[in-house]
Amino acid sequence: MIAYNSVLSENVKSLAPSGIRRFFDILEEMDDAISLGVGEPDFNTPWHIRDAGIYSLEKGFTKYTGNAGLSRLRSAISEYLTRRFQLAYDPVSQVFVTVGGSEAIDLAVRALVDPGDEVIIPSPSFVCYGPITRLQNASPVYIETKAANEFRLTAEELRAAVTPKTKLLVLPFPNNPTGGTMRKIDLEAIAEVLRGTDIMVLSDEIYAELTYGSRHVSLANIPDMYERTIVVNGFSKCYAMTGWRLGYACGPTDVIRQMLKIHQYAIMCAPTTSQYAAIEALTNGDGDIEFMKNDYDQRRRYLYDGLRSIGIDSFEPKGAFYIFPRVSGTGLTSEEFCERLLIEDKVAVIPGTAFGPGGEGFIRICYAYSMQSLAEALARMERFIKRHGTGRPGTVAPTLGVL
Amino acid sequence: MNEILKILERDGRLTGKQIAAMLGKTNDEISDAIAEYEAQGAILKYTAIIDWERAASERVTALIEVKISPQRGDGFDRIAERIYQYDEVDSLYLMSGSFDLTVIMSADSMRDVAEFVYAKLATIDGVTGTATHFILKKYKEKGCVFKKPEQQEERMIFV
Repeated sequence: MIAYNSVLSENVKSLAPSGIRRFFDILEEMDDAISLGVGEPDFNTPWHIRDAGIYSLEKGFTKYTGNAGLSRLRSAISEYLTRRFQLAYDPVSQVFVTVGGSEAIDLAVRALVDPGDEVIIPSPSFVCYGPITRLQNASPVYIETKAANEFRLTAEELRAAVTPKTKLLVLPFPNNPTGGTMRKIDLEAIAEVLRGTDIMVLSDEIYAELTYGSRHVSLANIPDMYERTIVVNGFSKCYAMTGWRLGYACGPTDVIRQMLKIHQYAIMCAPTTSQYAAIEALTNGDGDIEFMKNDYDQRRRYLYDGLRSIGIDSFEPKGAFYIFPRVSGTGLTSEEFCERLLIEDKVAVIPGTAFGPGGEGFIRICYAYSMQSLAEALARMERFIKRHGTGRPGTVAPTLGVL
Repeated sequence: MNEILKILERDGRLTGKQIAAMLGKTNDEISDAIAEYEAQGAILKYTAIIDWERAASERVTALIEVKISPQRGDGFDRIAERIYQYDEVDSLYLMSGSFDLTVIMSADSMRDVAEFVYAKLATIDGVTGTATHFILKKYKEKGCVFKKPEQQEERMIFV
């Protein structure tokens, strides 16, 4: 009998499992719960993109592609980034195709970070950066972004976190879960801190297309930042292609070459069918992006307005498809709030604490759900808030026995 | 404000208040705009798309090609008017090509359709010929697919 505890990697064992397994267990038992928990588009992949994938199968394109991905796809990515974000990357030496943006994040950290290095991670943010850093025997250094700053990373916060050990800054904007974005002026301030250092930047721009009001700006567009920035993006969020598992990384040739080496050994190449579909997405999909974004924008406004009207205040999100309201006024912790909301009124949302330091007191609601689901969820949350109060003047304070 | 029309065309049951929130407008702006659309006839009617088969009710739908001889002064319009006055007629379009009008009608039985065609439609002055096609199965209507979409396996995933 093998004592698995002694054979498993200490490093892996020390990783905390995702904190919300418990909610899923409760959710699984319920049949009439509304889940606003999973962060993915509710649209199906547009048909012309699916059709391109099917067509590639019909033609028998079922073999591996080159390690870096189809050259036509890499050219299409390069053209797309220029067209949409004024970014210039050579499709041959600076772009390669990965299994989702997630793989690109993993590779960037692995290619850059050595044991003992520090990786600066604005938080709350997507859950993977810290664990991947730890697997390199390096240390995540979290910067808690603030609602008062619209969840932006400020230059002062960054400057205070930088040490001689700082190797990499993760820039996860537009942000999951806060909906925060970085304007050009904010990025220029960040650039001022980085200029003259060797700190590299992993710019996770998976939500770049989903901004409301102004277009996303990449750090790579700011003077002197191109040489230190690895841009990660993908097809999941903007084309509703989460299940196709396709993303890409762009950056300085020397970095991309090393990332590609790991990719060659670990992955070989991204899925071939998905790559053919992705060419169609990039070539003829700008209209799909606009259509879906417009829809998310309507639901964003609706949910923001609806939450306010039931007494839940929030920063008005400017990107992605999440809203991150403060619920600490109820007197409940984020986890208590979410667990009770699920059990009592059957709405599943995610506690802010699941997204790292700075998340306590907040919940994440994904609004990439139908208007009917959002309306019903709001009605249920209103009942919940009426019982628990929000601490805001004019709303009912928590009272025992008022049910 | 065409956005309002697009939203209502997709879901006519949304309230003015909901649409106002979705578009970042006030309730009054939305209700005024909708009233205006209704008054000018841009919004004709609010209705439901029904799958009668799933409602366990037999309905027959037919598409009828109609050839007519246009009349001096009125062109096709006068005959078209005489046709669309019938309640049985759901839709009527003037066509280019080898026939002139498309009539889409629904009835309780094929016999009712047949009766309408030979007793009413074909006898109208100026109608010179008809060809009736029965619809065997409806897949999609007004952007709405009749088959319920298959659901992907339930997933518990954290992203």
